[in-house]
Amino acid sequence: MLRWHPGAFRCGPRFNLIAPLMATLALLACTAGCGTKSSAQTDEPLEKLSQYGLFVGNGSTQEPVPGVIPYDLNSALFSDYAEKFRFVKLPPGTSAEYRGDESFEFPVGTIIAKTFSYPHDARNRALGRRLLETRILKREPQGWVGMPYIWNAQQTEAVLDVAGDMVDVSWTDEAGRQRTNNYIIPNSNQCKGCHKLGDEMQPIGPKARHLNRDFAYDHGSENQLAYWTRSGVLKGSPRPSDAPRLAVWNDPESGTLDERARAWLEINCAHCHNSAGPARNSGLDLMAAQKGPTQFGIFKTPVAAGRGSGGRDYDIVPGLPDKSIMMFRISSVDPGIMMPELGKRLIHEEGADLVRQWIASMPASNPPTR
Amino acid sequence: MQSFRSPLICLTCAAFLAAGCTERAVTKVTKIEPGADAQKRAQTALIKAKPGEVIEFGEGKFEFTSTLSLDVNNVTIRGNGNDKTILAFNQQGQGTGGEGILVTSKEKFTIEDLAIEDAKGDSIKVNGCTGVTFRKVRVGWTGGSKETNGGYGLYPVLSKDVLIEDCIVREASDAGIYVGQSENIIVRRNLVERNVAGIEIENSVNADVYENVATDNTGGILVFSLPDLQKKIGHHCRVHNNQVIENNHENFAPKGNIVANVPAGTGVMILANRNVEIFDNEIKNNQNIGVSICSYQVTQRPFAQDPVYDPYTAAIYVHDNKITGGGDKPSGMLGKIVASLLGEKKLPAIVYDGVVDESKTKDGALPPELAIRIHNNGDADFVNFDLPNLDFSNPLAIKKGNISRDLKPYEGDMPKLAPVKIAGVK
Repeated sequence: MLRWHPGAFRCGPRFNLIAPLMATLALLACTAGCGTKSSAQTDEPLEKLSQYGLFVGNGSTQEPVPGVIPYDLNSALFSDYAEKFRFVKLPPGTSAEYRGDESFEFPVGTIIAKTFSYPHDARNRALGRRLLETRILKREPQGWVGMPYIWNAQQTEAVLDVAGDMVDVSWTDEAGRQRTNNYIIPNSNQCKGCHKLGDEMQPIGPKARHLNRDFAYDHGSENQLAYWTRSGVLKGSPRPSDAPRLAVWNDPESGTLDERARAWLEINCAHCHNSAGPARNSGLDLMAAQKGPTQFGIFKTPVAAGRGSGGRDYDIVPGLPDKSIMMFRISSVDPGIMMPELGKRLIHEEGADLVRQWIASMPASNPPTR
Repeated sequence: MQSFRSPLICLTCAAFLAAGCTERAVTKVTKIEPGADAQKRAQTALIKAKPGEVIEFGEGKFEFTSTLSLDVNNVTIRGNGNDKTILAFNQQGQGTGGEGILVTSKEKFTIEDLAIEDAKGDSIKVNGCTGVTFRKVRVGWTGGSKETNGGYGLYPVLSKDVLIEDCIVREASDAGIYVGQSENIIVRRNLVERNVAGIEIENSVNADVYENVATDNTGGILVFSLPDLQKKIGHHCRVHNNQVIENNHENFAPKGNIVANVPAGTGVMILANRNVEIFDNEIKNNQNIGVSICSYQVTQRPFAQDPVYDPYTAAIYVHDNKITGGGDKPSGMLGKIVASLLGEKKLPAIVYDGVVDESKTKDGALPPELAIRIHNNGDADFVNFDLPNLDFSNPLAIKKGNISRDLKPYEGDMPKLAPVKIAGVK
């Protein structure tokens, strides 16, 4: 919808009779005369995170207010070892529609929030954490819009900054090691870099296969699909036992090596590497549901890898991780080589180990011939 | 803006505004000057740009630390000349993107009159846009031709109506100008030098490549189709009136990439394409081969996994080229084998692998519309090295098949391809 901006076309206050006529004329001219679709004018995005009213107090504890539902995923995107808090809030009285394979269909006005943080000491989370950014996905009438909010040093507020930032962080990891990182807060185009599917932005996490797991709610542990259904925010979901479920990449109880590696590849790579995503030009599709061996990398030759090939011939050579381009790229932090390209400054050692085991476990074979 | 004095002027103004919708009266120009926070200023301007806007980079060197990205339709990125406005990416940090500039706008993108230097990956990638113009852009890597340079210079992919003109691209470790999986393409009057591939048209349909100068690359102009991609088969490409001279640069592409297989000294190479017309080019002193016509089998890479992919090259018309010098330093294993089979140290100007899709032949030959035609190329000599019957598994006892220098089976002409037209481009 095109809206009339009085400031854009100033007439003297004396010509109040004429102004509405002009407005109509200009509007007619623009809707009729311009062949291209006028970009939708939406309300300016909120400047401060607190304006969304998602959290108790100033949000520093990330405790949600009633009506804001925290959630978690079976396997989550690696983000330089940052810890994440995820929330969804639907307009009162509305619900999302269940989808089997895609993201749920959320009503206009839905807000999805994801906060990135580092614990001061991963061995003792009671010592607190440093909040870095909260990314908001908001369902507008014309589609999803993504906005990054950056937390201040006092941890009292986060402010919109479409250009992103870089922040030096340090923390003690679970092994007691002192770690540092120059953490990247993506700009709003980079949000789209992962969230764009076809022409539109889409949430990535809220799909049945990612959400189908238990969550430790205040009232006790409960399956997320079951709780969302019971609380009325999700309609049409089958019972959790009948819904799809991806493995937890680092929990051998949750699936086979193949299932866990494919889950890790989907959540870390498939937002771009799918048949409609930003990396569709590569022909590599890392969705866990992709069954075509070449499509998910086996004996697939690179297309536009440049020096990302690392001198190797195929994305995956069964049995030989050190001859597989995939292994080379996920183990690199060089911007011309590394995968993923965005939001990663550290290698996900544990994820790379999983992929290494997975490729090594494949029986050695030769490329297909015709 | 001043208050208007009379209703009449207001009405006139409204009428003017109406006209301005189709022909914009005032173009918004946002200027970015070099300086400490240029990254943030430039990226913010690109994010907040409105359709129709020009983002203008001033004179000087910009030191960027992240990919610059654009996702707004109908935006122009402009500099003050490709020797004056330099966007440098040698300080780009990890995790900030793989390109210098990444454009994901759906329609109408123009970039002109600036230079991109030292991108860690591809210099300018435009993904999925209809109406792309690169004009007078210069791309280069200041450390010379190195394997560690970014892959592509100008890189439109999955795009339509692509115009690349008057650009200069040097030192890309893959292709200087690479048009991939795109449709309706004009590449003209560019200078490409010291890249692995000068110009590469890949898995694309309807391309016109003319009046370019390709020199000192490993391979001058390549027309390729590769398997396992969304856009399967490249066809309809005209390569004409180009100067393809001394493309003898050592191949510095990282192994694994298709261009790493291109032998140094290759002028024009057609791989697994249909309906390609190569004419009126000056092809000079390319030490390996002037014009190479090959099917995907020559790469010895797998393709059987892609049932839709067609690895064969057919409907090729090579005529009226001036091919001189060259062939005197065969490179690549096959080139050396063929030269030795011919009993010479030299390769002919035009080399054909003789791979034919048997399912399409009639009485042992391809029908006229799928034929290989080589006509009126002066003194250019020729060989069909019959790859299907060439067995070099034992280097001491190579079986040469029906290797032949006879051009007669390929003489004759074919219907010329129509020039590519892009609306609004003369």
